[in-house]
Amino acid sequence: MTIVNYLLSAFSIGIIFLLGATGETITEKVGHLNLGIPGIMSVGAAGGCLMLRALYPVRESCPGFIIVILGLLACFFAAGLLGAFYSFLTVTLHANQNVTGLALTTFGVGITKFIMSRLTKIGAHEYLYALPMFRAPFSNQTNSLKYCGVMTYIALFIAVATSYVLYRTKVGLNLRAVGESAGTADAVGINVSGYKYVATIIGSGIAGFGGLYYIMDYAGSQEAYLSIEAFGWLSIALVIFSLWKPVVCILGSFVFGLLYILNAYASTIFNVKLPMELSPALKTLPYIVTIVVLIITSTKKKRENQPPAGLGITYFREER
Amino acid sequence: MLKNKTNDKEPLFHVTKRDDVTFSKAMGIRAIAVVAAFVFCMILALILAGINPLKMISSMFSGCFGTQRRIWKFFKNLSILLYISLAVTPAFRMKFWNIGAEGQTLIGALASVACIILLGGKIPNGLLVLIMFVAGVLAGAIWGVIPAVFKAIWDTNETLFTLMMNYVASFTVAYFLLVWTPSGSSTLGMLSYGWFPQIIHEYFLVIVIALILTGVIYVYLNYSKHGYEISVVGESQKTAKYIGINVKKVIIRTMTLSGALCGFAGFLIVAALDHSVTTQTVGGQGFTAIMVSWLGKFNPIAMFATSFLITFLDQGAAQISTEFNIDSAFPSVIVGSILFFIIGCEFFIYYKVNFRHKAKNMVTMAASENIVKDEETLNNEALKQENKTAIDEAAHETTDVQDAKQDVKQDTKQDINQKAATLQENNGKESEQ
Repeated sequence: MTIVNYLLSAFSIGIIFLLGATGETITEKVGHLNLGIPGIMSVGAAGGCLMLRALYPVRESCPGFIIVILGLLACFFAAGLLGAFYSFLTVTLHANQNVTGLALTTFGVGITKFIMSRLTKIGAHEYLYALPMFRAPFSNQTNSLKYCGVMTYIALFIAVATSYVLYRTKVGLNLRAVGESAGTADAVGINVSGYKYVATIIGSGIAGFGGLYYIMDYAGSQEAYLSIEAFGWLSIALVIFSLWKPVVCILGSFVFGLLYILNAYASTIFNVKLPMELSPALKTLPYIVTIVVLIITSTKKKRENQPPAGLGITYFREER
Repeated sequence: MLKNKTNDKEPLFHVTKRDDVTFSKAMGIRAIAVVAAFVFCMILALILAGINPLKMISSMFSGCFGTQRRIWKFFKNLSILLYISLAVTPAFRMKFWNIGAEGQTLIGALASVACIILLGGKIPNGLLVLIMFVAGVLAGAIWGVIPAVFKAIWDTNETLFTLMMNYVASFTVAYFLLVWTPSGSSTLGMLSYGWFPQIIHEYFLVIVIALILTGVIYVYLNYSKHGYEISVVGESQKTAKYIGINVKKVIIRTMTLSGALCGFAGFLIVAALDHSVTTQTVGGQGFTAIMVSWLGKFNPIAMFATSFLITFLDQGAAQISTEFNIDSAFPSVIVGSILFFIIGCEFFIYYKVNFRHKAKNMVTMAASENIVKDEETLNNEALKQENKTAIDEAAHETTDVQDAKQDVKQDTKQDINQKAATLQENNGKESEQ
């Protein structure tokens, strides 16, 4: 049964990366490399937890799904707010995307740690009561199946829906056009700033779900907020790994999950006693695989596998 | 058919680029931003932790400059941040987004520690420090040059590549820590070999070397051929190619330098300060350095000022969090929010916002419109006069022509009549014959 547990566990830890990467893909498709994703994921988790904490008194009388929905809304709002702030700085104020993103990560991770540690300190970490609601319908399971809660399906739905919107609708076409060449899109009459704002805010909100999923489903502990940052960077790696395609992202997130928890399961599954020092080496694998993918895509020069042409370039209409 | 609707809906404001901003004005805008940021942080601290704003400021100052020990520590922290910022600057001038300074510094530190562990106690200290220096610089250079080679040959995205290299470095350190500590504790403790020489104070040499390096990098970037090539490649690769600069060579060379300087910072952290290495040795300063360099406009001397500000905030806020017993993440909240203000204010330095209903603009625009109108009327009158004379002349000419035509007509009529008469006469003669 361990192998099933391993696969399930890999699949469900991959959901964190999947949510983060889907959000980041939408943002990158519109031409913005948002390095603030780790901060945004953290803040999304904090927002969700604050809402769940506020709902603590009514947990008995309120139906579970309403609590989950309110938690998700608060999470989306908090993360989207940070995304809106990022867009304001980079789109309206033409600030450098890398610098703004890094500052956002510093701020987001900091304020999350600040808020969550305060909740713990004043004995108000009672947001974990919602754990069974998030883990429904498998909340009474003891194996890895318990991690496949409601947010897993939301994540899969979002990834597929994003892929559909990006590649099968007019909105998606416009959005990609903005990311490839903002000047051309502007000339055609597409509202470039509008697309950039909306895509970044929605992308940030989706990425924020990743943080909440980690706390309220996968980890289920009050210390979980400390490690969201690392998942944020992995999500950015996953975007590259999946070649900016949300459906490939589902597969990629599974592969990343397999690699990420390999050292915990390797000894029992493969019957080999791995030396302890190999565990960090195994954890490097997702990053190394991403680098390899990045190199291969740049050498192959296949047009559909390239990063959006306008990635990282600030668009100013009066500049040519 | 087309209706002229463009003037009905003028946007509320429109943004233009300005290129004539004076130094004092730019600094003024930045000063306003920093003050606004401090006010914002005080409000934030008041709301989040209930800290009296005045006490907050005083505790920040005492945290940085309260005792002699703290002043030394302040300038030590500033120096380390400055080293890494100086290291990334050549790459940034080339528009090569090296966000892998964290990893390059860490791997430099790791290489230095590896030298201590392998050679410590077996060779004299001076030689060991020298070998550590070489190893650290070399390791950093290798970590920096790998993405550069791929960038130069295949145009691989360097931002993402260098970002990934950070984590590879971090896990490499974790791996070696486990190898070197058989107990599995992953902590090396303070190593007793390979100490950098100390004069006057523990941190004195570190600070002095940072100042010297600032000058060296300033000269290298502004007064050397290499620095010029870097600037040209950064402005436009096509121009660089056109004037015969080997772009690939410049990219690889500059990133080697950038990585080597990061490695040097890593070496100094090990040899002069920590005498050990953990995955948190650099502690995010590689990312902070990117912001320091960018805020200093890639100018080493301005970067001294920006790293001063960031170090002040960081150390000051750390003092607040110990004094008021709040979470240690508080400094990053302060630094993050102040960075937003400074990042935002850059916009007002480089761009100008022209509002639709801005009174001052309206007056100038109205005035300029009047001038235009006056000129137009003057021109029109002159034109009219010219036209009048021209028309008059033309009219005269036409009457003359008409007269002439009438003359001609009359002449021709007379001619025809005469010819007809002669013809008739001739006809009469012929019939008679």
